[in-house]
Parts: sequence; structure tokens; C-alpha cells
Amino acid sequence: MASQEMEELVRREYKEGFVTDIESDTLPPGLDEDTIAFISKKKGEPQWMLDWRLQAYQQWLKMTTPSWAHLDYPPIDYQAISYYSAPKREEDKPQSLDEVDPKLLETYEKLGIPLHERAALAGVAVDAVFDSVSVTTTFKEKLQEAGVIFCSISEAIQDYPELVQQYLGSVVPQGDNYFAALNSAVFTDGSFVFVPEGVTCPMELSTYFRINAANTGQFERTLIICESQAEVSYLEGCTAPQRDENQLHAAVVELVALDDAKIKYSTVQNWYPGDEDGNGGIYNFVTKRGDCRGERSHISWTQVETGSAITWKYPSCMLRGKDSVGEFYSVAVTNGRQQADTGTKMIHIGEGTRSTIVSKGIAAGRSDQSYRGLVKVGPRAKGARNFTQCDSLLIGDTCGAHTFPYQEIGNSTAKVEHEATTSKIGEDQLFYCQSRGIGEEDAVNMIVNGFCKDVFQELPMEFAVEAEALLNVTLEGAVG
Amino acid sequence: MSDEQRFLDRLAERNAQRGNEPTWVAARRQAGAARFEALGFPHRRVEDWKYTNVRDIARTDFTLAGDAEFSPATAAALTLPVDAHRLTFVDGVFAPALSALGDLPEGVQVLPLSQALADNHEAVGGPLGRLTGVDFSAFAALNTAFMEEGAVVRLAPRTVVDKPIVLQFLSRSGEHQVMSHPRILVEAASSSQATLIEHHVGEAEAANFTNLVEEVILDRGAILTHYKLQEAPIKDSHIASIHVEQARDSRYLSFNLNLGGGLVRNDLVTELNGEGAEAVFNGLFYGQGRQHVDNHTWANHNAPRTFSHENYKGILDDRAHGVFNGKVVVKRDSQQIEADQSNANLLLSDRAEIDTKPELEIYADDVKCAHGATTGQLDEEAVFALRTRGIDEQTARGLLTLAFAGEVMDLVDLDAVSERVELAVAGKLPERFNLAGLVETASALNEE
Repeated sequence: MASQEMEELVRREYKEGFVTDIESDTLPPGLDEDTIAFISKKKGEPQWMLDWRLQAYQQWLKMTTPSWAHLDYPPIDYQAISYYSAPKREEDKPQSLDEVDPKLLETYEKLGIPLHERAALAGVAVDAVFDSVSVTTTFKEKLQEAGVIFCSISEAIQDYPELVQQYLGSVVPQGDNYFAALNSAVFTDGSFVFVPEGVTCPMELSTYFRINAANTGQFERTLIICESQAEVSYLEGCTAPQRDENQLHAAVVELVALDDAKIKYSTVQNWYPGDEDGNGGIYNFVTKRGDCRGERSHISWTQVETGSAITWKYPSCMLRGKDSVGEFYSVAVTNGRQQADTGTKMIHIGEGTRSTIVSKGIAAGRSDQSYRGLVKVGPRAKGARNFTQCDSLLIGDTCGAHTFPYQEIGNSTAKVEHEATTSKIGEDQLFYCQSRGIGEEDAVNMIVNGFCKDVFQELPMEFAVEAEALLNVTLEGAVG
Repeated sequence: MSDEQRFLDRLAERNAQRGNEPTWVAARRQAGAARFEALGFPHRRVEDWKYTNVRDIARTDFTLAGDAEFSPATAAALTLPVDAHRLTFVDGVFAPALSALGDLPEGVQVLPLSQALADNHEAVGGPLGRLTGVDFSAFAALNTAFMEEGAVVRLAPRTVVDKPIVLQFLSRSGEHQVMSHPRILVEAASSSQATLIEHHVGEAEAANFTNLVEEVILDRGAILTHYKLQEAPIKDSHIASIHVEQARDSRYLSFNLNLGGGLVRNDLVTELNGEGAEAVFNGLFYGQGRQHVDNHTWANHNAPRTFSHENYKGILDDRAHGVFNGKVVVKRDSQQIEADQSNANLLLSDRAEIDTKPELEIYADDVKCAHGATTGQLDEEAVFALRTRGIDEQTARGLLTLAFAGEVMDLVDLDAVSERVELAVAGKLPERFNLAGLVETASALNEE
């Protein structure tokens, strides 16, 4: 490829970069017990919720930032972050799309996800989160008919306090890790899903997260519960406006699957990765964990990670129930100066538990990427089975790709396999495509998409299309 | 008094007994002690020691052995039956009576470290401590503080050593638990070739602590085959830090065979610094009872077109605990690297545990790197195949377990070593595997 052409591609600006001008009701930066009390009051929370937050805060104060990840970033000043930001006119939330602030709708238009069209076309209910307060929820009635509860976590705290009290923090306890503790103290919104016994959720549930308002950390809390024989597929997609200051995101996602329940959680993450010198960009420290509590329960994580300056994320499965199944399918792409340390934990506790890990990492530019995974088989997990495949593709000679797979096996009947490869795009593959008239960039996209196929085919249809496009965009200009 | 202080007190006692030594030796000793004091014994929150607890070593009041007396008959029984140039150490003390260097070919120097230090031999002044600095680990620092005995092997350019060089370390049972801090330095000049057998063995009741540091410098085109046969008594603690530096086109072939020891930790590092350098790491460990065997390896590809291959196999029975951590590091601009790494483990008991982590850290794009780790049971189809041929199930499992270890044992070129290992492995297999009967049948058939 001509070097000039290449340079242009490398200098390509972030496509989703723009700032929506909506007046925010934003708390001044700083974190103390008053901040937490303010958030709790603003949300109209009951006392038990405030106590729970303060407990988490007390634990957080005693903890230190984890340093084991293969990441390099300046220390975060938690007092320089504002912990609450909500669109104004919170009292009269729009009841339908017509009532939604046209500027907000415009934002979605720019993103290429027109809410109404998408919802109508794909039959997806969208609990759109704009910064911290859910703005609009669709298809609620249809879900209610089926008995599925799908609302913001704040609403759930008001409307279903017993359920929230029973399950919140039962998978990711308040003091689980530094970022989970912070989230437990200050989370402002997120989704709550409850699928009652025997119900298969009639549609795929989806939330689009957006980060807006400068200097606002985003602390989402998602809780999904599937009672026995219930089933749900949940999509999470993210994109953020361009910004110079680092934005911290520390979300917590908890999944609970009872007997024969099935939860599929898919993520496409495309937050602002920072400019070519690594300025700006989202810091993404996420704790995601699924608890296969019931027998034969099934939790599947699929993720496509292309954004963020820093990604620290390990969606995990606690396989407690007999014969429960955990899956993790991941594509992570880093370019520019992005750094990602991501992977999964499969904790086999129950008998006959099975897990599959397929991780595909693509590193380009000056980025650094690590797969970090743990497969642990406890002494009671008779006949546990794991298969792990993690492959890395390096594009260019200034990036890094690393794998740190931990296996801790304490049962002789377990069978655990790990395979990993690291290579660059094969010259012969490229040559083969080019000899058939396919341009280099397209050839690389084809090869990369083929490399990721095992993961993409796990994504729901519309996400798969989006993911492929996203991958091509992320890698633009990385090849030469 | 802290555990560390107790070791430092022992050092002070020993230093008081020492005669004059070259100032550079005293300086390094001091640096080692200071670093050990600063680092302290590693605890399990240190990533590299996550799975290995050295508390039992730290809490024991080890003394230093004063002599090298050892029953010649026992020594003869323990010694590998191989025609070799041999140095023997008893609890770290050089035993001339049990050593036989024979006629060394021209250009080959093999001498005890104590002698090299006393003579301020040119072989030690520069290289000693260059690869394994005191910062590597608390144990390396401790070794540097105590260093006084070990072996220096030096090969002139284009020398090919006719027979293997055997360094034998005997552990004695006795009133006191003793520690030794042997230090081995191998310097192979360009195009030289040698086979080094390092053999750790001892009296069954011994409960000593060996803290070994080994530095191997391979110049252009040098080839070293290094067998580390560790059959230390079951209550011995064995810590080894091995550093290899490889220049262009050199080849280092390692067999790290761990059958003995209660608490075993091997750190094996190679620096592939010149194009065409190749390292092959073969490993086998067999843990029984409450044995703990930890192998950490690093293949650092610091130059383009360097190669590393690693294959470690572990068998764990009873409540044994195995740890494998293999790391391949490819530095920026080290293109056209080939590195593969494999660790396979067999658990024979539900209370055995294996923690394995094959790591890749890669900063260059034109590389072919692969690693794999498997843990599990024997292939049921293979068991079935043997049963269809009239072999009972347990015997089939025994045979397949032997074959599993065989994938590493079969690569051993020296009969004395391979036979010793095969016998040891066969002897360790659980009784239920019924192999004794099979061996009898086989020999009966042979006689017919």
C-alpha cells in the first residue's frame, strides 16, 4: 500500500467522536460519604441501599489499586472525578420517543443506531442509558406480558426491593476488588433483568451505554437473574464521544442462573480509545461475573472489544451447579496506543461442569494486549472439562501480544486443555488474496474476520454485522 | 529474631571462620547479604512464588557442613554408572576422595570453586555473578552471600570433551539439618562441546537444604547438553536458579528431571542473545506423597532468528503439588522467532494438584509462537486399545503412564541416565498398576 495512503488511514479520526450539548445536573468532583448520600438521595433510595453503599465505600477505602495487570497508566485521582451526572428534567422523564430530547435522538442518529428504527426492525427492547439515568424504555409492556422485568437498576431498587436485596452483591460482593467496591459505593444506573421460572424472554434485551458530560465517571450496575428453566439473551453496546481527559468507567455485571437457566450476554465495546499519542480515551475497569447456581445452568459471555484506552476486564463463570456450562468468546482489537488486559475465569466447583474459552486477540499500531485467564478445578468437580483456545495476531512490529493462562487443577478426573498461538498475518494468505485482485486492506480484513469467525458466530445476528464493521474500522491504517 | 536474621547470623559465624579472600569476593558476599535482607524470603503474594510456600525452609535453623565424610559404599551405590570426569560434593563440601577427574583433555578445566576462589582464578573474577545477580531472587542473593564451593568448568575454543562431566551432590542424614549453597559456573568458548550431568542424590533420611546457583555462558557455536537429575532425599529442600547466556549459533539442551526432593523449585532462564541460538528445555517431574515440585522457565529471545522449544511432563500422585510456569519473551525487533512450549500433566490422585501457566510475552510480529498445556487422565481409547489386546485395565494404565513419561525419557541420549530415570519412574507407579507382574512375564518370555 502506498505509504501516503497509509498515513491518511492511520490519521483517521474517531468516527463516533462528537459531544452532545445537553445541560447536565452534575455533582462537583470528589468522593466522600456525602457524595454517596447525595447519589442515594437523588435516586430516592431506601436506607438499606445507602447502608450497603457506605459499607462498600468503607471497604474501598482500605483497598489498593491492583497492579498485576500488564497495563501502564498514570494513577487515577478519584477525587477529581464527578460521581453523578443526569440529564435535566429528571422529574418528567419522557414516556415515548416523541418526548425524548431531539438532541439526544440526534446523537443516536450520528451513531447510526436510530432507536425507533432499530427497535422496530430488530424487535429489540432498548433501555437506553444516556449517561447515568435511563431515558427511555421500550417494549416494556410486551415483556411484562411474559412476566419479564426489564428496567433500570434504580427503578428495580424502588419497585422490586426484595429481589434486589436478595441478589445484589451475591455474585460480585462489595469488597470483591478495588473497582467493584468503588462501583458498589457510587453506581448510578444500569439494568435489571428478572426472568421468572420457565419463561424464555420473547426478545433480545439491549442497552446502549453512552458516556457524556466531561469528567464524569460511569458506574453501571447490571443484575440479571434467570429462574429455573428461564432463558435470556442480553446485548450491551457502547460508544462514546471524543474527549481529551481520561474517563473512568468501572461497571459491575452480575448474572445469576438457577436450574436449567440460560443467560447469553453479548458486548460490543467501542469507546473512545484516545488519540494517536494515547491522550484521552476511556479507562475501562469492569467486573463481570456469572454464577451458575443451578444444575445444568448455562452462562455464555461473548465480547468484541475494540475501544477504550485501557481495558481491564475478565468476564467469569462460577460453575457451582452440577453439569453447568460456562462459555467465553472474545475478540479484542487494539490499535494506536491502546492497552488491553482481558480474559476470563472459569471456576469449576460442581460435578460434570464444562467450560469453553475462545479468545482472539489482534494487536496493531503501538498497542499492547494481554490474555489473562484462569481455569480452576476444585476437588469436588468430578469429570470437569475445559477447552481453551487463545490466539493472537500481530500487525506491525511495534505492538505486543501476551498470554497469561493460569490453570489450577485439583481433580484427577478433570480434563483441561489450553492451546495458544501467536503469529502475524501470513504472507502467503495475503499474496493469495492479492493475486485474485483483492486489495491489501480488504485482504487483511478478510483474514482478520476469518481469524475471529469462531467468536463472531456466537454473536446475535445484528451484533455480528456491527462487530465485523467495527473491526474493519478499528484496523484501518494498521496494515502496511 | 526474624527468619532472615537467623540465616544472616549463620553467615556472620561462617565469615568469622574464613581466612583472607579476594576483596571482590567479600564485596559480592556483602552485596548478597544486603539484598537478601532487603528482599526477605518470598511469600505467596509475590507472583513468581504464588504456588510455592518456602516457610519450611525459612523456619528451619540450618547449619553448614564441616566435612565431606561419606560412606564410600553408599556413595558407590548412588553414583551413576557412567564413565565420566567427576566432582563430588557432600552437603556442599568438596569430597576429593569421591571425585575422579581422570585425564582431562587439553583445553578443559574442571575445578572446585573453592580452589578457583582461593587462587583468584581468572575464570571466576569476571563471569561469576554476571548472569545471576543478587536481584534475581532472595535465594540467589543468599547463595551469593554464602558462596564458597561448587564447580567451575571452562572449555577452550573448539574443545570437545570426550566424556560427560558429572557434578554429584550428596545429601547426608545426620544430627543437624544442613544447608549448602553450591555455585556452578560453566564457560564454553566458541565451538566447544560438552555434556554436563548434575546429579543430586543422598541418604534416604536426610533433610537438608540445597540452594544452587548455576551460570552457563555459551559463546558462538558452543553446544552444551545439560542433564539435571534431581533425586534428592524426600525430605530435602532443593532450590535452583540456572541462568544461561547464548551467543550466536549456540545450542543449549536441557533435561530437567525431577524425581526427588520434598520441596523443589527450579528457575531456568536462557538469554538467546545471538542469531541462530537455540534452546531446548525438556522436563519431567514425578510427585508423590506431599512432594512439591515447581518449575519456572524463561526463554528470552533477545535477538532475531532465535529458537526455543520446551516440553515438560508432570505426573502427580497422592497429595503431590506440581507447578509449571513457562515464559517465552520476544523482545522488540527480534523477528523470525520460533518458540513452542508444551506442558502436559497427568493426575493419578484426586488430592494431587497442578498449577500451570504457559506464558507468552511478544513484542515482534514476525514470529511463530505456540504453547499448550493439558491436564487430565489417560486417553480412554488408548486404554481400550490395549485391553482389546488382552492387557488388563490397570496394567494398561501403568503402561500408558510409563509411555507418557517416555516422551521425555526417550530423548535422553545417555543410557546411564535414561535407565536410571525409567527405573525410578516405574518404581514410583502406584501398585494398582500391576506392572511388576508384566515385567516378570516379559523377562520370562525373554528367557524362553
